[in-house]
Amino acid sequence: MEVTTAQHKRCDVVTAAGRVDSYTSPDLEKALNAITDGGRYKIVFDMSEVDFMSSKGWWVLIETQKKCKRYKRGELILVNVKEEIRASLDLVGMGSYFTIINDLTQAVGSF
Amino acid sequence: MDTVTFPGRYESLARISDFVAKAASQAGLDHNSIYAVQLAVDEACCNIIDHAYGGEDIGDVKCTVDVREGEITVILQDRGQPFNPEQVPLPNLNTPLHKVKSRGAGLYLIRKMMDKVQYESKPGSGNVLTMQKRRS
Repeated sequence: MEVTTAQHKRCDVVTAAGRVDSYTSPDLEKALNAITDGGRYKIVFDMSEVDFMSSKGWWVLIETQKKCKRYKRGELILVNVKEEIRASLDLVGMGSYFTIINDLTQAVGSF
Repeated sequence: MDTVTFPGRYESLARISDFVAKAASQAGLDHNSIYAVQLAVDEACCNIIDHAYGGEDIGDVKCTVDVREGEITVILQDRGQPFNPEQVPLPNLNTPLHKVKSRGAGLYLIRKMMDKVQYESKPGSGNVLTMQKRRS
């Protein structure tokens, strides 16, 4: 899995590709923590190229969402979540913790 | 039947996933069902590494696939600690975000994703988890 981050004026955009599982999720966690540790709590996670996410990956996103939501207008927004990943997220009731948008520009503009 | 033994470490997860996805595809399962098998097997393997073995590189995970037309059976075997799936509490599905705590959703997912799940623990021969998925 590859993770990249880009700091924009209003938010940070994180992009990952491939599998997010117990082996790779620490890399995603590190990238997200670097943003929140820097005092920035408006994050867009572009999941267009993520083709697998286990519950370990979701917990990383949930912990980040908890941190972001403590701040006014702070949020972790998910972009382009593949149908099967979203279905499994909804199955365990975790889908409701996230705003999911299908367009990256729109997600960035929502902050 | 095809069997591959993988080292019980997180690095093996992608290879295990590819192995079962290929078998599920051969069984004629659709895209979403193949993903369901991959996710269930991934969660089960993590449970083996984290709970049965209590960490990485303690023991192996033996993965067997039985492919039939429109149906796949995946059998995972390990030699770790036995566990009773009946004692694993169901995840609370309607917890507000600020109260939700990282907890195992794996077993719940496995049961939801697969059509049939059976667990056996035999003294001396380890744990056997048998999971079946049919074409939807």
